[in-house]
Amino acid sequence: MAATNIPTGGAHAQEAPHVQHHAAGDHHDEHDHHDQHWLFKYVFSQDHKWIAKQFLISGIVWAFIGATLSTLFRIQLGWPEAQLTWLEPLLGRWVEGGKLNPEFYLALVTMHGTIMVFFVLTAGLSGTFSNFLIPLQVGARDMASGFMNMLSFWFFFVAGVIMFISLFLETGPASAGWTIYPPLSALPQAIPGSGAGQTLWLVSMALFIVSQLLGGVNYITTIINLRTAGMSMAKLPLTIWSFFLTAILGLLSFPVLFSAALLLIFDRSFGTSFFLSDIYIGGEALNHVGGSPILFQHLFWFLGHPEVYIVIMPAMGIVSEVLATNARKPIFGYRAMIGSLIGISLLSFVVWAHHMFVTGMNPFLGSVFMFLTLIIAVPSAVKTFNWLATLWRGNIRFTAAMLFAIGFVSLFVSGGLTGIILGNAALDIQMHNTYFVVAHFHLVMGSSAFFGMFAGVYHWFPKMFGRMMDEKLGYVHFWLTILAAYLVFLPMHYVGIAGFPRRYYAYTAYESFNQFGDLNTFISIAAIMAFFAQFIFLFNFVYSIFRGRRATENPWNSTTLEWTTPVEPGHGNWPGAIPAVYRWPYDYSKPGAPEDFIPQHIPYSQTVSSNLPYEKEME
Amino acid sequence: MHPSESLNNKQVALNVHPLRFLLWLMIISITMMFAAFTSAYIVRRGEGNWLEFDMPTGMLINTVIILLSSATIQWAWFAARKDEIGRVKALLVVTFALGVAFLIGQYQVWGELVQNKIFFGGADSNPAGSFVYVLTGVHGFHLVTGLIFLTILLLKAFRYKIHSRQMMAMTNGTIYWHFLGGLWLYLYLFLLLNH
Repeated sequence: MAATNIPTGGAHAQEAPHVQHHAAGDHHDEHDHHDQHWLFKYVFSQDHKWIAKQFLISGIVWAFIGATLSTLFRIQLGWPEAQLTWLEPLLGRWVEGGKLNPEFYLALVTMHGTIMVFFVLTAGLSGTFSNFLIPLQVGARDMASGFMNMLSFWFFFVAGVIMFISLFLETGPASAGWTIYPPLSALPQAIPGSGAGQTLWLVSMALFIVSQLLGGVNYITTIINLRTAGMSMAKLPLTIWSFFLTAILGLLSFPVLFSAALLLIFDRSFGTSFFLSDIYIGGEALNHVGGSPILFQHLFWFLGHPEVYIVIMPAMGIVSEVLATNARKPIFGYRAMIGSLIGISLLSFVVWAHHMFVTGMNPFLGSVFMFLTLIIAVPSAVKTFNWLATLWRGNIRFTAAMLFAIGFVSLFVSGGLTGIILGNAALDIQMHNTYFVVAHFHLVMGSSAFFGMFAGVYHWFPKMFGRMMDEKLGYVHFWLTILAAYLVFLPMHYVGIAGFPRRYYAYTAYESFNQFGDLNTFISIAAIMAFFAQFIFLFNFVYSIFRGRRATENPWNSTTLEWTTPVEPGHGNWPGAIPAVYRWPYDYSKPGAPEDFIPQHIPYSQTVSSNLPYEKEME
Repeated sequence: MHPSESLNNKQVALNVHPLRFLLWLMIISITMMFAAFTSAYIVRRGEGNWLEFDMPTGMLINTVIILLSSATIQWAWFAARKDEIGRVKALLVVTFALGVAFLIGQYQVWGELVQNKIFFGGADSNPAGSFVYVLTGVHGFHLVTGLIFLTILLLKAFRYKIHSRQMMAMTNGTIYWHFLGGLWLYLYLFLLLNH
């Protein structure tokens, strides 16, 4: 019998007869799969749940690589005078005479950004939760095309292998920043990392884009086509809405990045001049004539801006779901939440030039983009208001997932406020390329998206692995992480206003910045603390997979369809028929109901005591 | 439940088969890619230092060829609906041949460009010319994927897996092929109007 931790007893959850399936691999539909080779079951699996776990574990591996890189450059920034000979075993000849190679510093920054934005917060976040939750929450056996879904992961995997190899090149990995602006990224003469490292970066990203498109078309098709009976678009959980719109953004914006990357590849290797013109480098004039580097920025940011919403919107969806479940209240303003997601999605395509206020653009054009940018504050504020209103007088259960969801709201507000400052062309010209920008986006999309991801992992871990994560370790992980996040990024605003430019290797040469040396050391200590706090999560994650407390079918007393499956659902998700859906996903604490939750698959005829007047006719 | 079974047995919520819908989404993403290229073309052209030249005459012939191939695949589709399998095979072969002819024609267009000293890269190149190579090249790449699709349709036709009651693949192939033709027509008119 399952060890239960349901405080109020889940009457609905106990209805299904298949509760007591626990042994690993004891899949209820075994008879369909006994002839399947382990290679196709565990490696080249087409099961969306397994692919989700593959994305999650790759994402965690990449997150640790990305965090290690940031720790290395924080050591350099915090103690610019220190002897770093002790890093030689790890970095080899990138440490010369106890000093970090300045060009390798740029490589660290570049790869940290690339890995975190694309490999962790795009593939790791959407790849995990879109894959895992879409079929389970809409009531489908699997994705529309399991084969394409599998390809999506393996394209991502190969992209990752190539990116990983590039870290060990003799000339170093790509070093032109994650935004790879030409001409720096186009000319190997400019910086060693723009040689083979940049080539591998572009190849890897091209494969990554293919992976995202294969995954994205699948997510959209599954949500549009494969919803179970009764699951109208207006009954979808907000997670699904956010994954749906995220996939649409990816579908429309990633091909544009592909175009930009292709043109850059031609400029680098085939002698074209799309982005290059009139360049004199290393004592010789290049014969590239007629190109425009600004053109690259337009193409890049046409992807790049929607990309930040591709990162944050899945986190928003996860947080909405976790907040409502653990506040035991319906999400406040369900339709407003959908509307604001749609608003953010639409606006995300018409604001890209706010990254380019200092490119000499026409000030009138700048003010148009400023206006559109500031409008994004409206749907963002609607969402924040609704999250807070959901918490308001809720019967809050402070699970680890709930803490991270609340932390998300906090970080999103803190980071979002500075977005209003940076969205103003007049202010941005002052702040551009300083640590203020770094602080802004690390709070609003970096840390927030990570918190959304953590909330998701803690919340859906029982459904993924059939066991619970340890709550106490989760609390320690949460408090250390949120403290460290604020201790790192709040001071960064301050040094940013003081004028610290981004991507500098050391500030010791500048009299005006010397007084902030201590602050930089402080930021580095906090960053290292954040890094070590993640090992608590890693331990908890790995330990709980094998030794965690057994989960029940519906440990959080949640209403959505994934909790109607067996503890460890097999391929096909439901052993019997797929449940039909009768109500919206947020019937928590409904007056008159015996339980404080009514799952989506319970018809109104079984809940006569709690039906509202307009629901009577549906009994 | 095997995923392919689930796909075929699933009641669809929308009146479109998932495979058809996947195809439309892929067409959208390809469209976005060319939207990026052509908008980059316009932006770049607006900045000056732009080489003016006439489009090779071969492009017009190729346009006629690809439009003809759209007609033949549509004819094949009608034939499949009437279960005239022999005619389907013949027309798919003709479509395939026209597709190959289009690609050869495009290659000759490149030769014509080089003869006129419009180069893809190098010291004497100008983005105006490079863009033409990129647009035709990337379109050509997608046409190759279309030819692969046609090959699959041919194999299916020879195994009698295309007929009036099994039109999914045939219709998808036809849609994709029309899209590639329409895309070329757009690119050709775009280049004529904006060179």
